[in-house]
Amino acid sequence: MPVATKSKVCKRIIPCLDVSGGRTVKGVSFQNLRDVGNPIELAEEYERQGADELTFLDISATVEQRNTLPEMVEKVASRLSIPFTVGGGVRTLDDALNLLARGADKVTVNSAAVQSPKLINEIAERCGSQCCVVAIDARRSSTGTWEVLVKGGRESTGKNAFGWAKECVERGAGEILLTSWDRDGSQQGFDLELVKLFAKNLPIPVIASGGARDPKSFIDVFVEANADAALAASIFHDGIYTIAQVKSQLQEAGVPVRPC
Amino acid sequence: MKTEVDIVEFNGGNVASVEYCLERLGIRYRRVNADRQPDGSRPLLMPGVGSFGGVMNALSKDGLDGTITKLVRNGTPYIGICVGMQVLFERSDESADIPGLGLLRGRLVRFEAEKVPLIGWTEVRAAQASYDDGFVYFVNSYFPQPVEESVTLYMADYAGNFCAAVKSGNITGFQFHPEKSGTFGNALLKRTIEDACRN
Repeated sequence: MPVATKSKVCKRIIPCLDVSGGRTVKGVSFQNLRDVGNPIELAEEYERQGADELTFLDISATVEQRNTLPEMVEKVASRLSIPFTVGGGVRTLDDALNLLARGADKVTVNSAAVQSPKLINEIAERCGSQCCVVAIDARRSSTGTWEVLVKGGRESTGKNAFGWAKECVERGAGEILLTSWDRDGSQQGFDLELVKLFAKNLPIPVIASGGARDPKSFIDVFVEANADAALAASIFHDGIYTIAQVKSQLQEAGVPVRPC
Repeated sequence: MKTEVDIVEFNGGNVASVEYCLERLGIRYRRVNADRQPDGSRPLLMPGVGSFGGVMNALSKDGLDGTITKLVRNGTPYIGICVGMQVLFERSDESADIPGLGLLRGRLVRFEAEKVPLIGWTEVRAAQASYDDGFVYFVNSYFPQPVEESVTLYMADYAGNFCAAVKSGNITGFQFHPEKSGTFGNALLKRTIEDACRN
């Protein structure tokens, strides 16, 4: 068999939408949509703009709001022709099964997995590893490593983030969604050191999140830090850059991307 | 044949994504399964989620494996996606003890690469006339090695060239997910179904 060569798999650009009660939480600045709060319209628009995948994060505060998620997933699934991931509402295997049955391609688990790691095994065994993305929120600790945060970054666990990621791999995670809590929302660029540690040392894809500022951020996170995919929100929602602009510069830099 | 397909539903399979795609394409479908077996009047569409062994076990438990094999050998078109394509072959390294349908000669082998499974988009290059190159979405650890190279429809590159789709007579199979591969993938699936219904 041939030795592993530099694969030509495209690096993926993944816009992330926060939703609650079936609506997107933050405004998105697209001009041509009737309803910029409607996640289904936004999803379709992002697909048209060249997104490779989409992620929906349910940040509902109440049970009533969260109960609208499966229906939203069904509507998105009926309209979208690209893969999408749903997270924020997954605490049990049944939660995951419900969302996948409605048409989500993957689910992400975060705090629930830290609390009960066997949830990863359960989802992977029942649905396949490829359906199970483990989201890890990481923050630099004083000792020069990164620790895991849970509950939307409110609680620190003292767990070593890389060690936790390795455990997730062993339990059957298909991908790691790695968010730098230091960089999230900062638009200072991705935490390249963090991403590189994970992307170069784990045998599954790593999706980088937190800090995207401009097309160069994406070039760096793919070329220097070896991320397989990059998740971004404000940079696209606020219309600072388009996916086409980011992909165009990535292509110029020699990074393989799916053309818009 | 009108443009309609029978989607094979089995225990553990997930037909939702494919059904939504067919609805977007305006293609009618109905589900066939253990209780309502296909009769060959429509092409069979075999979606793919799970493992080779898992799917073959479900098909044989439901008595569908024999029905499908007989119909396809008699000329009913078959369109397989992902594992739905893989079960066409004789065996897979993923589930060494469980035979496939054996409608195509060859087997499935595992990628030898830094990251497995392959999750993401890459370019496929057409190996048969009248098909276009394009970008499609893969989620797989195993890929087919057909005995007859002439059945190859598309090739892709991940740690080396590999067969990404097959087409031979009334059989078509995609290792990637056309229903998840945007405009290009949806159009390819539509064309495949229309071709199958025309025959």
